[in-house]
Amino acid sequence: MIEIEHLTKRYGALAAVDDVSLTVERGQIAALVGTSGSGKTTLLRMINRLVEPTSGRVRIDGTDTAALPPHLLRRRIGYAIQGHGLFPHRTVAQNIATVPRLLGWDRARIAARVDELLELFQLPPAEFRDRMPHQLSGGQQQRVGVARALAARPDLLLMDEPFGALDPVIRAQAQTDLRRIQRELGTTLVIVTHDMAEAITLGDRIAVMEQGRLLQYAPPREILTAPATPFVARLIGRDERPFHLLSLTCVADLIQPGEAEGPPLAPGASLRDALSLCLWTGRAALPVEGGGVVTLEALRRAAEGRSP
Amino acid sequence: MNPAVVGTRPGVSRPGLLFAALGLAGLAQPFVQFRANRIVAGEGLSLPDALGPWGWAVAAALTGALAMAIPVRRPAPAGLVLALAGLLGVILFAGAAAGALVPEGDRIARVSLGAGFWLLLAAFALALADALSRLALRPAWRWALLAGAVVAGALILGTGLMDDLSVMREYAARRDTFWREAQRHLMLAFGSLGAALAVGLPLGILVHEAPRLRGAVLGVLNVVQTIPSLALFGIMIPLFGWIAASVPGAAAAGIAGIGAFPALVALFLYSLLPVVSNLLAGLAGVPPGVREAAAGLGMTRAQTLAQVMIPLTLPVLLAAVRIVLVQNIGLAVIAGLIGGGGFGSFVFQGLNQTAMDLVLLGALPTIALALVSGIALDLALEGIDPRKVRA
Repeated sequence: MIEIEHLTKRYGALAAVDDVSLTVERGQIAALVGTSGSGKTTLLRMINRLVEPTSGRVRIDGTDTAALPPHLLRRRIGYAIQGHGLFPHRTVAQNIATVPRLLGWDRARIAARVDELLELFQLPPAEFRDRMPHQLSGGQQQRVGVARALAARPDLLLMDEPFGALDPVIRAQAQTDLRRIQRELGTTLVIVTHDMAEAITLGDRIAVMEQGRLLQYAPPREILTAPATPFVARLIGRDERPFHLLSLTCVADLIQPGEAEGPPLAPGASLRDALSLCLWTGRAALPVEGGGVVTLEALRRAAEGRSP
Repeated sequence: MNPAVVGTRPGVSRPGLLFAALGLAGLAQPFVQFRANRIVAGEGLSLPDALGPWGWAVAAALTGALAMAIPVRRPAPAGLVLALAGLLGVILFAGAAAGALVPEGDRIARVSLGAGFWLLLAAFALALADALSRLALRPAWRWALLAGAVVAGALILGTGLMDDLSVMREYAARRDTFWREAQRHLMLAFGSLGAALAVGLPLGILVHEAPRLRGAVLGVLNVVQTIPSLALFGIMIPLFGWIAASVPGAAAAGIAGIGAFPALVALFLYSLLPVVSNLLAGLAGVPPGVREAAAGLGMTRAQTLAQVMIPLTLPVLLAAVRIVLVQNIGLAVIAGLIGGGGFGSFVFQGLNQTAMDLVLLGALPTIALALVSGIALDLALEGIDPRKVRA
């Protein structure tokens, strides 16, 4: 659990982060969203003290972060950034082993951990262990960057626009993988993004920031249906709102008894996928695997923001 | 027409024309100078003058090669063989000419290298450089070529083929001194490089960590760099002389106003700027994301420097070592002026006696040393894969 209390960072007269308080529960994902210059990255970097706060404090599982020397604090917190920041003179395995080596793990334990992480990120160890970063694709580099951040089993992972340099197809896959791995490991995750869609896909709660202030900190549904300020509404985008809402719920939650024509949908598919299929095939109802249907009418109601 | 085809079409190579013109001009000049003794004015001799009927054959062969072969666009390997053969030929003919001109047992007559020799040498050396650059050999092959050239040079000198040339006569008269001065020259060049690295690296890191110092440190080093070497000695001779005379133990520690010590200090001072400024450029060139990641993963400042920043700066540092070493091998000659020894002592003795052969005895090994170390360090630099050190 991370508790951020009245955290402020001033550069001269300018407050980059202005009295922000928020709490992230253990195992949850908090997405920090805002335009550039909103203070979201500064807020993130104050959690691992890459930026020292002017006032306020951060507690991780009850411990004040100011009580530890910064480099020891950071070894307990995973950190992944845009453009991966891999060390170009070190192999994939050496990159991933960075924090375990700093912590003085023995060789065998480090090697085992590196292989375990490569497996987890679907990079066959025998093939990837000894490659240099420049021999990897952008998506692979990004995965190695996240694997490196997770190497010493941190309870907390901080990510600054980790998918910013990826193309849309790879980005969607990377988001799905991150979500899967985060659930598997139970890591608490704070991720900075300027992409509202990414925040909605990943975040259990979304923090919207503007000019250093926290405007709203709420679950995605609440952000979408009850934006706290006109700025939050503008950031979501009026045209996108119904689709964002539909993407939050899966088909299993909207099943009605009945029968329909056509190939069945997976219960885990999002309502957004269901709507898209309805429109494309011209049907008013779609069958769901394991019985029941989802109707266009129900999708329409869900898109209006009423509870399903 | 396809440009690739134009490139391989037999025809005239423009650089080749230039090399040929240079070489042919050389053939029109005296190949060697003959003097009855070390002091009297010499008489210039062409190849036929020196080698008799054989000289006509050699001159005809060189003329043919220069007029017909060098200017023709040809595959790089053939160009390489041609240039190497020419280079080797010119050097060996000079040795042979000296052998033919000096009467058996005569220790007084002198045969020195003429303008024709130097022009021919330049022509074939340029053709060689041109062929090598077109060939774009892999570093392993170029290491082998460099080693081969050094061995060939040693063999040619060691087998006595050149012994009748006056430079070699000067060498024979000073064999022991020569090797002592060679050692001293290397000590001056490498010693000052070592000292510059030992001081420059910490200094560069300090300036990088405390950017406020940057202006002051680089400013001072830049000023030092602009002081002419003679002026630097002018400052140091009285300064170190005074220290040696008045500080107890200073003289015993080797501090002196003249000799090797001030020369070493001067070379060291000239080396600091390249080391510090290259280190700073290298450190500034490390991608910001890499530095951010190092800090974010929990490396201390010292660990970030030692494990990430310095390794990534290595190519730029090696470039600094190259600059400094080649610069210092050349600059170390001036040590001869203040009794610091090295090849410079032959150069300045020769200048005082107007004995150009003695000057050459100092200058030629200096040039060879600078050339070989420059090429070797270039090859070492190429050996570092730039992709491994730049994201």
